[in-house]
Amino acid sequence: MSVFEGFRFRKVSSVIHDLDPRIKFFFVTVLFVMAILFTNLLALVVLFFVPLPFVFMARVNRQWLRSLRGAALLAVFIFATNLIFGYFYPSSSPQITGSVDTLAEFLVLLERASAMTLRFVVLIESFSVFFLTTSPDHLGLALQQSHVPYEFCFAFTTAVRFVPVLADEAQTIMDAQKARGLELERGNFLKRVRNYIPILIPLIVNAIRRSLELAEAMESRAWGASEKRTNLYTLKLRRTDYLLVIVSVLMLAVAVYVWLYVPIPSLTALLSV
Amino acid sequence: MLANKTLAIIETRDLTYTYPGATNPSIKELSMTINKGDFVILTGPSGCGKTTLCRCFNGLIPHFYNGSMEGTIEVAGLNVADHKIPELARHVGLVFQNPENQLFALSVEKDVAFGLENFAMPREEMRQRVDWALQMAGITELSERPPHELSGGQQQRVAIASVLAMQPDIMILDEPTSFLDPVGAQKIFEVINELNKKLGITLILVEHRLDLAAKYANKVIVMDKGRIVLNGTPREIFTSEEARMIGVGIPKATRLYQQLKQNGVRLKTAPVTIEETAGLLREALKRD
Amino acid sequence: MIEAKNLHFAYPTGLEALKGIDLTIEDGEFLAVMGQNGAGKTTLVKHFNGLLKPTTGEVLVDGVSTRDVSVAKLSRNVGFVFQNPDHQLFSETVEEEIAFALKNFGFEDSVIKKQVDWALNLLDVAEYRKTSPFMLSGGERKRVALASILAWDPQAVILDEPTIGQDHQQKEKLQQFILQLNAQKKTVVVVTHDVEFVAECNPRVILMSHGKVLADGRAEKILTNPELVAQASIVPPQITQIFLELADLGLPTDVIDVHEAAKILLGRLRERQ
Repeated sequence: MSVFEGFRFRKVSSVIHDLDPRIKFFFVTVLFVMAILFTNLLALVVLFFVPLPFVFMARVNRQWLRSLRGAALLAVFIFATNLIFGYFYPSSSPQITGSVDTLAEFLVLLERASAMTLRFVVLIESFSVFFLTTSPDHLGLALQQSHVPYEFCFAFTTAVRFVPVLADEAQTIMDAQKARGLELERGNFLKRVRNYIPILIPLIVNAIRRSLELAEAMESRAWGASEKRTNLYTLKLRRTDYLLVIVSVLMLAVAVYVWLYVPIPSLTALLSV
Repeated sequence: MLANKTLAIIETRDLTYTYPGATNPSIKELSMTINKGDFVILTGPSGCGKTTLCRCFNGLIPHFYNGSMEGTIEVAGLNVADHKIPELARHVGLVFQNPENQLFALSVEKDVAFGLENFAMPREEMRQRVDWALQMAGITELSERPPHELSGGQQQRVAIASVLAMQPDIMILDEPTSFLDPVGAQKIFEVINELNKKLGITLILVEHRLDLAAKYANKVIVMDKGRIVLNGTPREIFTSEEARMIGVGIPKATRLYQQLKQNGVRLKTAPVTIEETAGLLREALKRD
Repeated sequence: MIEAKNLHFAYPTGLEALKGIDLTIEDGEFLAVMGQNGAGKTTLVKHFNGLLKPTTGEVLVDGVSTRDVSVAKLSRNVGFVFQNPDHQLFSETVEEEIAFALKNFGFEDSVIKKQVDWALNLLDVAEYRKTSPFMLSGGERKRVALASILAWDPQAVILDEPTIGQDHQQKEKLQQFILQLNAQKKTVVVVTHDVEFVAECNPRVILMSHGKVLADGRAEKILTNPELVAQASIVPPQITQIFLELADLGLPTDVIDVHEAAKILLGRLRERQ
């Protein structure tokens, strides 16, 4: 479960946590766009370091590192895939003509594979910062104020609210069935899958029952009484939010300019010179 | 004593309801009156129809459950069959048995505000109402906590506050203390008693644990097999033979009185609470 | 025989739930574990069938440490009936549900058939043999769950809050049933906060508070002790409360039973005449 720790909100008092989720999402989107824009390794390395000040300001260093650790496996897979693909289909890499024969050409391939991997890592780290610093409550509110229909926002926050409840229930069900002799760790793959039926069925049945009870409670508290609901909280943009907007726009502007007019050398070229 | 029509806040006449797909009605030809300000205990063996009746009071039956309903039921002057649930929710609140499954938000105060948000109440008014409801339920300090961190008793108080915030005339609680220990149950009864005595909210409490709840109520209704079989003051009901036969859990205090009576010792009145019993026994033991 | 020796248990979150429990339960005893919600009652009894293992200290069942045996093996002798039957029901028919544990424990088909028949009759659910457990009422589901645990005739039975949500008649039937089990020389451990229920059975009581055992003795001695009751935050039985109010009149204060109370009062009143 440690990978999920890299995306789970923890309540910390920081400037980043207080930022409006919509603005944070805009910032992350800008990073996303920049990551897609560049295929150059050096540029992506710079991008990798961009979220870091935010991580430190939000004091979520340890959890953020966990998201990287979780991404590591997939990153290796992406690296390997790009390497192998690039070797057998060299025409996909612009700098290589014909086949990969020389060391220089191989280095180009390596660099490209690294760049693709780093692009993936940048995406993961950005989203990690977003989810680590945004409470599900705020996220729901942001969705609402972004004119997502209330039903979806409500479904989202209610689902998040019940995650720990369902987790506890799953544990209780496992205990109850273990106490009837069910052994979850034994047997071949097929048997183990079958052994989860006595866990899944009560879980699902109870989830359905729970939904019915929730629906009753919602109706009883006037769900659907008005066309337009009001809200106890509201998200208001503050100075720090506008600051982040300016920073994001500037970043995007610089990135586009560089992409259009500034040829960034490849690492291989730099090293061989 | 005839019920004063101007005081009646709930009135049913030959109310009969059958769930969709069921062969027999769950409640049969039920006629009863509840007056404004009453604190009613509704009790009876499992399956007697108490839960079904509760859902008739706020419109879940027939609007949410469908099925077939005969007879009439009027709540706060509104004919339930003719008014939608959100309308009825302005007058009737329902607190359910399982504390966990009636809290949807990620913080207590957001849950308490839920009904008000549905009513599209302006924010400032909502804030005041929420704070007031939290205070009445004694949970002001829990306002920003997520429901998962709360005990069952605290969760139920949040549920009560959520319903209270909507300022209903009537509050119905369907076995609210089932999952709570006696100390937690006691707190709930104290809170709702305040609501009844201080704010004049009519209360209907479905409960099995009569020993804890009896001292607050002025009326007890006993149901069995879909019908109302007994309707009277706690004293009348607890001393009735029929109640015992149906299997209602008579408080030990009253049972003690009955045991003494069987053996020729008659206390002045039939007690319902501990204090009453102690007082009567003291008197009996001191007189010569 | 179940023994706990200096049992300490802390959850992975660090919360210390049990702080040094020493306890011996002989075969055939009837024991109620009482205390406020959160006192550690359920945590304690979950050690008796190995669902939880001690952090430090030991729990021995019939002389064997629970650390050395699997939950399945311990469950052969210690049946655990969970609070909510919906956490274990999953089969297509009541019959299959009751046979589940028997199959897990490796009983022969002929034995399984015999035990299933026996359990169905014992809990008065034989008419629902071919019915789906999900079609039954709450009380019936509770009986099916109980039948499915008793089916393999364990020497000890643990019941976690069996009286929750039950009406008066159901509680009386349950009481009779538990006393019957105990009369058949089974060890019965009931975790409950229902004082009236315990007062009527008058078993041995383990009173817990904040992870420790406050007192260990007969119900009539423990539930009538005002200091203990206050410390454990429980409510004494109604009869006891009445007699405590009349303590200044020289009446005994360790009364929990209605009949005994009536006898004492009648005796006193006749004395005066």
